Amino acid sequence: MLRHLFFLLLGFYSQWAYATLPIQHWQAASGARVYFIESRDLPILDVSVDFSAGSSTDTPDKSGRAGMALHLVNLGAGGLTEDQLTKGFADVGAQLGAHFDQDRAGITLRTLSSARERNRALELFGKVIQHPEFPEYVLEREKARVIAGLKEADTKPGNIADRSLMKMLYGTHPYGLRGSGEIESVSKLGRQDLIDFHRFLYTSGDAVVSIMGDVSRDEAAAIAESLTRDLSRERRGQSIPEVTPPAPDTQRIAHPATQSHIQLAYPGLKRDDPDYFPLIVGNHILGGGGFTSRLMEEIRQKRGLAYSVHSSFTPLKEEGPFEIALQTQKEQSEEALSITRKVLADFIAGGPTEKELIEAKKNIIGSFPLRIDSNKKILGYLAMIGFYDLPLTYLNDYVKAVSKVTISQVTQAFQRRINPSGMVTVVVGLPDTSGK
Amino acid sequence: MTYPCFRFLPTCRFLPASLWAALIIPISLFSPAAPASTHEFILGNGLRLIVKEDHRSPVVISQIWYKAGSIDEVNGRTGVAHVLEHMMFKGTKKVPGGEFSRLIAAAGGRENAFTGQDYTAYFQQLHKSRLPLAMELESDRMRNLVLTEEEFSKEIKVVMEERRLRTDDQARSLVHETLMATSYQSHPYRHPVIGWMNDLQNMTVEDARQWYERWYAPNNAVLVVVGDVVPRQVFDLARKYYGQIKKAKSILPLDQRKPQIEPKQLGIKRLTVKAPAQLPYVAMAYHAPSLRKPEKDWEPYALEMLAGVLDGNESARLNKVLVREQRVASAAGASYDSTARGPAAFYLDGTPSEGKTVVDVEAALRAEIERLVREGVTEEELARVKAQVVAGHVFQLDSMFFQAMQIGQLESIGLSYRDVDIILRKLQAVTPEQVRDVAKKYLKDDNLTIAVLDPQPLEQKAPAAVPAGLRH
Repeated sequence: MLRHLFFLLLGFYSQWAYATLPIQHWQAASGARVYFIESRDLPILDVSVDFSAGSSTDTPDKSGRAGMALHLVNLGAGGLTEDQLTKGFADVGAQLGAHFDQDRAGITLRTLSSARERNRALELFGKVIQHPEFPEYVLEREKARVIAGLKEADTKPGNIADRSLMKMLYGTHPYGLRGSGEIESVSKLGRQDLIDFHRFLYTSGDAVVSIMGDVSRDEAAAIAESLTRDLSRERRGQSIPEVTPPAPDTQRIAHPATQSHIQLAYPGLKRDDPDYFPLIVGNHILGGGGFTSRLMEEIRQKRGLAYSVHSSFTPLKEEGPFEIALQTQKEQSEEALSITRKVLADFIAGGPTEKELIEAKKNIIGSFPLRIDSNKKILGYLAMIGFYDLPLTYLNDYVKAVSKVTISQVTQAFQRRINPSGMVTVVVGLPDTSGK
Repeated sequence: MTYPCFRFLPTCRFLPASLWAALIIPISLFSPAAPASTHEFILGNGLRLIVKEDHRSPVVISQIWYKAGSIDEVNGRTGVAHVLEHMMFKGTKKVPGGEFSRLIAAAGGRENAFTGQDYTAYFQQLHKSRLPLAMELESDRMRNLVLTEEEFSKEIKVVMEERRLRTDDQARSLVHETLMATSYQSHPYRHPVIGWMNDLQNMTVEDARQWYERWYAPNNAVLVVVGDVVPRQVFDLARKYYGQIKKAKSILPLDQRKPQIEPKQLGIKRLTVKAPAQLPYVAMAYHAPSLRKPEKDWEPYALEMLAGVLDGNESARLNKVLVREQRVASAAGASYDSTARGPAAFYLDGTPSEGKTVVDVEAALRAEIERLVREGVTEEELARVKAQVVAGHVFQLDSMFFQAMQIGQLESIGLSYRDVDIILRKLQAVTPEQVRDVAKKYLKDDNLTIAVLDPQPLEQKAPAAVPAGLRH
């Protein structure tokens, strides 16, 4: 019975009609680009305002500036203290959030759409985006908290591995800077750094305003305007240097934990990469597809070596990292590492099988409705489409592009892009043989 | 840059980062879903089915909740509920090996499972047209699981790696584990869901089999389906796939299981955990009641509001006073979850800021409790927390996963999804006097266990020589 079902599924995904998300797009008078979906199902409004102000805008001596600026926007703005702001949002049940990575700094608001709550939340939100004050006493306090957090993070094997890996992968490229900064650079940040940073990079010319939910187009237009009209109108168009392949290396770092954290990396994907779909589909088979991936099968299912093992691409403006990560008991870390390397090398040399490709496509395409089944998820796509200037039909195109990927495209793309013997590798936590 | 306030997360078979983030949101009384379009059914074999319609998207989530968690485990076999959860993916006669996961994946589905103190749950999310597949597979493994020595011997290693990753190498997890083990002296909540390492090392496939045979039956389960479905059709599907499974006569309903009431605590308990870390940390647990009779009880609601006043938002007392004004802590939190089959606890925790100690943080936390008892809370503070309850109630409707979680959690601890409305109403009715009363009654020393993390430097013996040929 199940076998039968299984074969019926082969032609299944092609029958689905994916309604295009009804994205409305325009440019506000402030210059901000606006992406809007009207949805009246729930009395909720979600808004995201995004800037090219991620950690790659930092320099080694100002590392942590972009993250600190984003962290402080709601701690004193538009003549209101942090206490007045946080109480103001809480009084109407509104929630502030943030998105931060190498490319992007985004601030999100979720509020009830009823007039009183919405108007109050948006009024405060407008102050946070356009008029943050970065008060001296708040900055000093938050610097101390960030530094305490960095000290703590520097003792954790996973964090140590992440940080070493990104340094090896990116060297002096700004993608190698840690988003939260370094103890030394954070301690030197001054109020003027943040004021200048905000003035320079939080501009309406670069702003992307994404709006999802229970408002009309006219209301959305007024909201986008009110959230960006006081910003500088410049278009900075931050450029990020190209990523060059790293010097292959393996670092082994001692740590008292019981497990080794093993991570491997190589430069991966750009947002507008011609190899985007072959690499994404291929990675699903290699280690991105949960329980059905090759890494999971070889490391966990067959050998019980790790609880979690996966591979991933993080597409950015320039080449974001391709990473493999797992954790295993120290004593077996070299075994796990060599199996991981073999799985990767075999995949790159031989590519996926026909069956693997079909199943991966069925999962990626078939699960597409799950990616857009809530306002919050859709808002995330709006912000991403807007920030990277992707076509409004991106989500539809995605499904079509995945369905067209062939075995040879996957194989060739991996062979061209990922050099298994050129990877950078870090192992934190080493087997202790000193007593033996 | 805030640290997550500590909570006891259900232990999962495999959890992507995104889902962790989702689970860290307290699935407590703060965001109940309206039961307006919810329907309940019961099959002849005792399986309860709750269907909630949500037609915004052509997808569905199907969750089966078994009323068996770590609370039902006995000494020497701690962690078996969670180990069995892992083994549930190892195949049946009809669907062998990893075929379950492959079939769900090929249907465009996502699946996972989690074990908590009170329950074990399995779920699939997929296009609504694939619901029959999810039911066919899930009902098959309710009774037909094949447990082999070979698969067990591999999977128990995975579980031990999970324990190392989540607990043994995480200083704060060790603090919380030890805090629970000390706060409770007899109640099974003293055992970690993942189990003690020695119990895992000595667990056998027979332990897993006995657990499975004892608890996995339709009359110990609740099936929750949320999505773009027609309730009657879901009922027909459930009857088709689950209907012929026989009920297990030996399973005790929740109210007939041993109550295992924790003896009254006779004075403050203190403990220290030494583990590699940089920052010290203090966590405090007070025994507190959980929700039993939603219509009659009032204390659990007052305790929920108390946690909200202390730590329900950025402007709440602990952040405002300890972190911002006094700067004694770089983070401070409070939490309480009234929904549990067993007893509840009220938690406080904090990380000292540079130059301050756990003694300072403990004193500051206690001073806030004393101020609460002395001066009570203001109407304004309470109104703010209530505004968040109302908004959270609406926001939760955006996630089918949370709607299903809430129904499943309530149903599997002996409450009903119908209680959600009552809970929302009762939370709104809490008065400042009630908040003060519960603070006075429960947040007192004789009820308290305090755990302190004593950070140890990362000293390490000389690493082994790297084997030749492994270095690139």
